[in-house]
Amino acid sequence: MTGRRARRELSFRLREALYGYGFVALWIVGFALFTVAPLVETFLYSLNNVTVTATGIQMTFLAWNNYTRALLTDPTFVQLLIEYGVETLVSVPIVLIFALIIALFLNMDFRFRGLFRVIFFLPVVITSGPVIKELAAQGVTAAPQVANSPLIVNALAQVPPYLRNPIEYVLTSFILILWFSGVQILIYLSSLQKIDRSIYEAASVDGASGWETFWKITLPALSTTTLINAFYTIITLSHFSENKVIRYIYSQTYRVEGGIGYASAMSFLYFLVLILLLLGSFVLLRPRTKSEL
Amino acid sequence: MKPPRMKPPRITRDTLKLRLLGSRSRHGVLPMIFVYAVLTAIGFVYLYPLLYMFVNSLKSPQDLLNPMVQWIPTQSYLGNYAKAFRVLAYPQTLLSTVLVSVAPSLLQVWVAALVGYGLARYRFWGKRLLFLLIFATFIIPPQNTVIPQMLTYRKFGLLGSLWSLLLPALLGQGFKSAIFILIFYQTFLSLPRALEEAARLDGASDLGIFVRVALPGAIPAFIVSIIFSVVWYWNETYLTVVFLEGGIQTLPMQLAKFTQAYENLYPPGMVNIFDRLNEAVKMSGTFLIILPLLVMYFVLQKWFVESIERSGLAGE
Repeated sequence: MTGRRARRELSFRLREALYGYGFVALWIVGFALFTVAPLVETFLYSLNNVTVTATGIQMTFLAWNNYTRALLTDPTFVQLLIEYGVETLVSVPIVLIFALIIALFLNMDFRFRGLFRVIFFLPVVITSGPVIKELAAQGVTAAPQVANSPLIVNALAQVPPYLRNPIEYVLTSFILILWFSGVQILIYLSSLQKIDRSIYEAASVDGASGWETFWKITLPALSTTTLINAFYTIITLSHFSENKVIRYIYSQTYRVEGGIGYASAMSFLYFLVLILLLLGSFVLLRPRTKSEL
Repeated sequence: MKPPRMKPPRITRDTLKLRLLGSRSRHGVLPMIFVYAVLTAIGFVYLYPLLYMFVNSLKSPQDLLNPMVQWIPTQSYLGNYAKAFRVLAYPQTLLSTVLVSVAPSLLQVWVAALVGYGLARYRFWGKRLLFLLIFATFIIPPQNTVIPQMLTYRKFGLLGSLWSLLLPALLGQGFKSAIFILIFYQTFLSLPRALEEAARLDGASDLGIFVRVALPGAIPAFIVSIIFSVVWYWNETYLTVVFLEGGIQTLPMQLAKFTQAYENLYPPGMVNIFDRLNEAVKMSGTFLIILPLLVMYFVLQKWFVESIERSGLAGE
């Protein structure tokens, strides 16, 4: 009797699993065809010298030569990679802090809240590579009045280059960096609204000031959200089509002395740096206390 | 029987202080002025590039040369728009951009709903791994997978056609598909199962339950996902340039080669100085690119802004 029931239970579980696989099957096929296969193929390219002919492609095996070339003999790539890493490290805290501040404001109850929400989310809708490029070319993505003021320019001239470059980047792309915080503002906002009101009431009965409640209640409650936002920011910045490293890899793809093999090797190195950045932010921001979601 | 008239509240020092600074239960006037001031200032900085773009797109060549004219053009000059309109081949490009962004979006959102439902409602082995892989598709930079795809499309003659975007979308590998899968996963998790179980007892098939019972509850998620997907496809230029160049042209692709296209129509040596390419024409072109999105945004802004809060994008 129990055996039969166990078997029925098993077949029920099996049936459920099969239907489950049925629902995700399209995705699995697509993952194999459009993600795994091209990824492996690109990795193979990166180990070869690839030439495109009319009929297909020809590969001559180079082992890790493309990688050593990118890292050891191509000064541009390494420099761009370092710049990308530094700029991302600088931008992410700016985006996170800005998004959090705006979200805290928008979480308050006041008139025209909706209007401000619409304003702060607007850039998400219009940030495509070419549009940003045109705006940056006009110099309007810089911090207004600040980036060109003689005071700042003179002060920057005194600073060693490894510090000057990130600061200059922040000044000249200030609005651009802020423009990347639209989705993050909304993610913070929705997390803020999920925090239980009664905790704040309890804190206020106990005489905690707004400042204390922020550091002791709000911020800890947002730790997972901050990690999500950091990931989202890093990935968006890294996939952005005007990203300098991506532009360089793209330009090398179609060049005779570069070629597909070399570009593929650089793509993988870039991917590696991206993963390192994500891991780094995970280690820094991972929620210390177990919070239930 | 008239109700007793309320005495106007006496304003003492204490009530005045309470009004201005606020109390625990209500905001005071001064903090609110501060909030408005800060938000307006940040909002201005935030919108500064757009304002600049719009103002400059209306400047006539004379205004551009006149250093006195900064924020208010002497006349609203639409000549720049006329030129940009021609250079972008606007009506035709707009139409193909709509096609390129809407068609893959519909497919990818539909597949994301299927996958999200499967993940939310069925127990099966390897689900954690699947989540990990879905997240991986979000991380992997496009340039790590694009070239073999491009070469394969070339082999089958699909390069430059819409299929190069439709096929990945159909198989759940569209642009930012992972986000939409998560949105649907969260949505279906939050919907009650009771109706679906009742339908199952009535003998409905699994697919039937999904389509007829579960989907209607997820309509908000559909709308949100389609809107976002359209916007992201619209603005995407890396994939479209690799897959569509030489075939379909989208507006951002046209903007990227605006200078070249302009000089084809108005050769620099042949036209007078006022018809040369200047920043006003470029800004008009840029504004024309984002105009359809702006219109869509302001019409649908409730869906954009409130949706993310409810869609559970933040809940993962």
